[in-house]
This record gives sequence, C-alpha cells and structure tokens, in this order.
Amino acid sequence: MSPTKTNGHFETLVVDDEPTAGVSGASPALCARAPVGLLAELTHRCPLQCSYCSNPLELERVNQELTTAEWVSVMDQAGAMGILQVHLSGGEPTARKDLEDIVSAASKSGLYTNLITAAVTLTRPRLEELVKRGLDHVQISFQDVDAENAERIGAYPGATQKKLDVARLVTELGLPLTINAPIHRQNIHNVPRYIELALKLGAQRLEVAHVQYYGWAYLNRAALIPTYEQTVGSIEFVERERERLKGVLTIDMVVPDYYAKRPKPCMGGWGKGFMNITPAGKVLPCHAAETIKHLSFDNVKDRKLLDIWLNSDAFNAFRGTEWMKEPCRSCAFREIDWGGCRCQAMAITGDARNTDPACALSPYHGEMVVLARAEAAKEPPSFVYRNPRNAPSAAKPEPRPLVPAE
Amino acid sequence: MAEGTSPGRLIVTQEARPYLPAYLKLRHDAGRGRWVLLAPERILTPDETAVAVLKLCDGKRSVEEITEALAKDYAAPIEVIRKDVLELLQGLADKGYIKA
Repeated sequence: MSPTKTNGHFETLVVDDEPTAGVSGASPALCARAPVGLLAELTHRCPLQCSYCSNPLELERVNQELTTAEWVSVMDQAGAMGILQVHLSGGEPTARKDLEDIVSAASKSGLYTNLITAAVTLTRPRLEELVKRGLDHVQISFQDVDAENAERIGAYPGATQKKLDVARLVTELGLPLTINAPIHRQNIHNVPRYIELALKLGAQRLEVAHVQYYGWAYLNRAALIPTYEQTVGSIEFVERERERLKGVLTIDMVVPDYYAKRPKPCMGGWGKGFMNITPAGKVLPCHAAETIKHLSFDNVKDRKLLDIWLNSDAFNAFRGTEWMKEPCRSCAFREIDWGGCRCQAMAITGDARNTDPACALSPYHGEMVVLARAEAAKEPPSFVYRNPRNAPSAAKPEPRPLVPAE
Repeated sequence: MAEGTSPGRLIVTQEARPYLPAYLKLRHDAGRGRWVLLAPERILTPDETAVAVLKLCDGKRSVEEITEALAKDYAAPIEVIRKDVLELLQGLADKGYIKA
C-alpha cells in the first residue's frame, strides 16, 4: 500500500514489506519481511460484555491460555524477528496477573508496548508498576460519553468513573493516552462529545472506531449499524475537527464499510504487516481469521513465530495477489486494497476468495447495502451480550450467505 | 483552516527549543536497515536528514542552533537548511510528535 507522505522527509507507515536490503552484522533471526505489528490477545476474560466485541464467538477459556513463560518467549521472538510494536489486548489484558512480566519482556525485546484496556479494573499501583516495566502507551475504550448508556452497552455499572480516573492517571504518569470510541447507531450522536472528552482528558489521540461487523458485532449488526446519513454525517464532522485540531489531538477514524465504494485494505494486506496471537497461542493473520473454517492455524507452542509468519499455510493462503479471483485479479487497485477483507467476503458471500462485498465491483455489493439500510431503518433489537454464557448459542446456527445480484 | 488558529497548536519558530516527548522512540531498525520513530500506533520512517535533525532535538538547542550545527555537516546554504528544518519540525508538531 502507499504510505502517506507528510513532508518529504517522513512517511507514515502502516505496513512494511520492503525486501531484505543487504542486512549485515544483524542477528540472523532478523527478518526484513517481518510484520511491524503484533496484536497479543492475552486473554478472552473481560469484565465488560460489549455486543460488538471483535473476539470470536467461541471464547477461549482460562485453562487454555498461554503461560507466562510462553508469552515471554513470544515477546523475545517478536523483537528478534523485527516486529516493532506490540498491542497488548484481550479480552481485558489486565486480567492476566503476569501482565507486568509480559510488558517487561516486550520492552526488553525492543518492542513499543501499547496496552489496550477497558480500564475498569486497573489500579494506580498496577499502572505505576507497568510504567516501570517499560509500558509506552495506553488506550482506553469508552462505550459512550453518557455514563448511563455506556454502562448499558458494556453491561458494567460504574464503568465510566473508573475509566475517567484511569485516563487521568495515565496522563499524570506521563504516558500518552488514546481514547477509543467504538461507534454504532446507539452512540453515533455523541461523536462531537467524544472529541471534547478526549481534549478534556489530555489525550494525544482519539480513535473514532466505527464498529466492524465481525464476531459478536456481526451477530449484533442490526442493533449496531447506523444509517447511511448518520455515517456520512459523522465522517464529515470528524474530518473537519481533525483539521481544526491538528497538532493538538490526532484523530484516527475507522469507517464502516457497508456503505463504502472501495474496500479497506484489511490489515494492510493478508500476512503483510500484522499478526495476531490468541490467548491459547494460535497465530492468526487477523483477529477474525478463524471464521474462515478451512484454514488451520499454527500455535506458538509448536512452531517459532518467524517460521509461522513466513511458512504457515494460513499466512500464505491469501498473501499477495495469486489467490485472487475476478474482479480483483485484473483490478488496478489489487495491490492497494488487496481485495479488501477475507473474513467479510467469507461472512457475506460464503467464499473467502471473493472480492470483499464492500467493493462496488462485487456482485454482492448492492445486496449488502440494501441489507445495511434495511437493518438501520428498523428499531434496534436487544443486544446479545458478549459473555461465555451466550457464546455457545451465539456460535450457531451459521448465518446464511447473501445471494449475489444477477 | 488558517494557520495557527488551532487551540494549542505549536508553531515552530527559530527560537523554539524542540524535543521529542518521552513516549516517542527513535530507534534503528536493523532488520530493515533504516531508522524508525515509534509513536502510539504509528511508525514513522525518517530519512537520513530527518534523523540528523531529530538527534539534535534535545529541548536545549534552539531551531537556529540546530540549523547551524547541520550547516557544518551538510554542504547546503543555511537558508535552505533552515527552511527544511522548520518545515520538518512543523509537520511533526502538527502530528503531536514534537514539543517545545
């Protein structure tokens, strides 16, 4: 993908795929084609129950989770192979009592460490210790700016005050803060107030993350998807605010692609810049990859991370452009959007090799827009909250794929 | 939007004494043979000149002193270097990557 030029000296890189350029004297494990980012889902345990959770419907249990030593080894390997940033996520990563040791290992390995937390169970002593261990950045999610609605969405009474306290603590300790705003039809009216909140808390960055419809969010789509008009309105508003606030607040936006014309370059291309490790140690090209049932995934308990990245079947399944069918195969944008999202193609069309239906060139695109508009026009149904009790019934029956346009 | 109207936007001048906030890490990326500036959920790849500038951004030197130091090492007119340094630092300040 093409990096964004800023001023001729700098490029903002989202992914990296530069071939090895005569590396000398470096550790033989270093790999120029290594991913730049690693998403480490340390646990699926979470005090919140948000209905748009990106975790799979089949949540992994505590007794399946990797041990401290296994996570430490992952961090060692990640730094050695050339990964630059690690995102410690979940579930709720602070549910792991050994988070401090994992952060230490990541930091020693040279990784930029980012904690992605709901913050409701994070205490001052714990955060102070994490900072000592080398934590670089904290991202806190707010389910809404209105406390009552936020606590209904996350199903956690008292969450908002706890989040505010931790957010202030993060800046007090000198760490950069990102506010994550998961946006959907039940809070989209509050996008302007999220910006005010981020400014008030002294955040460096605000992530206006329109919900992406995978996992629990796919199941709850009708309760979540905003109308086309709401979506466009909020995007235009954020773009104006971004210009007004440059140098003060970085606003990143993830837009909902059901109303898009071009698909997103999902993960910057499959197996190109990112990898994801589940609580049990499965290594995935993206967090939703397990919805593609014919893929099998290697585990860090059995194989080295670099070997999995370079050689595993799952990572090679949709790498590059060889796997593509038409209209992707001959498309001028094939190395820009990489055909969009494989998981969305799977969910909507039943074939992961199809063009992402978010693309206007997909024969399924029109049907998907009709579906989205129809769902958004109705009253939202109740949430199916994300919790282990709902997991088994949520995982079946399989939703039926759409039928393409004639 | 007109320049400088953002609330709290840092305008980099010759007198400013820029520094990288603690959470930014300038690091050599040996595997890819380049320098990277690691930021919250961002990776920037400064070129050789930008790295030279960033290494001088210690919060003590002014932009003018940085320009003079670079003028000794690079065979370019000082006006050109000054303009480049100001542009570079303003661009970074607008992304929140430089404080002064």
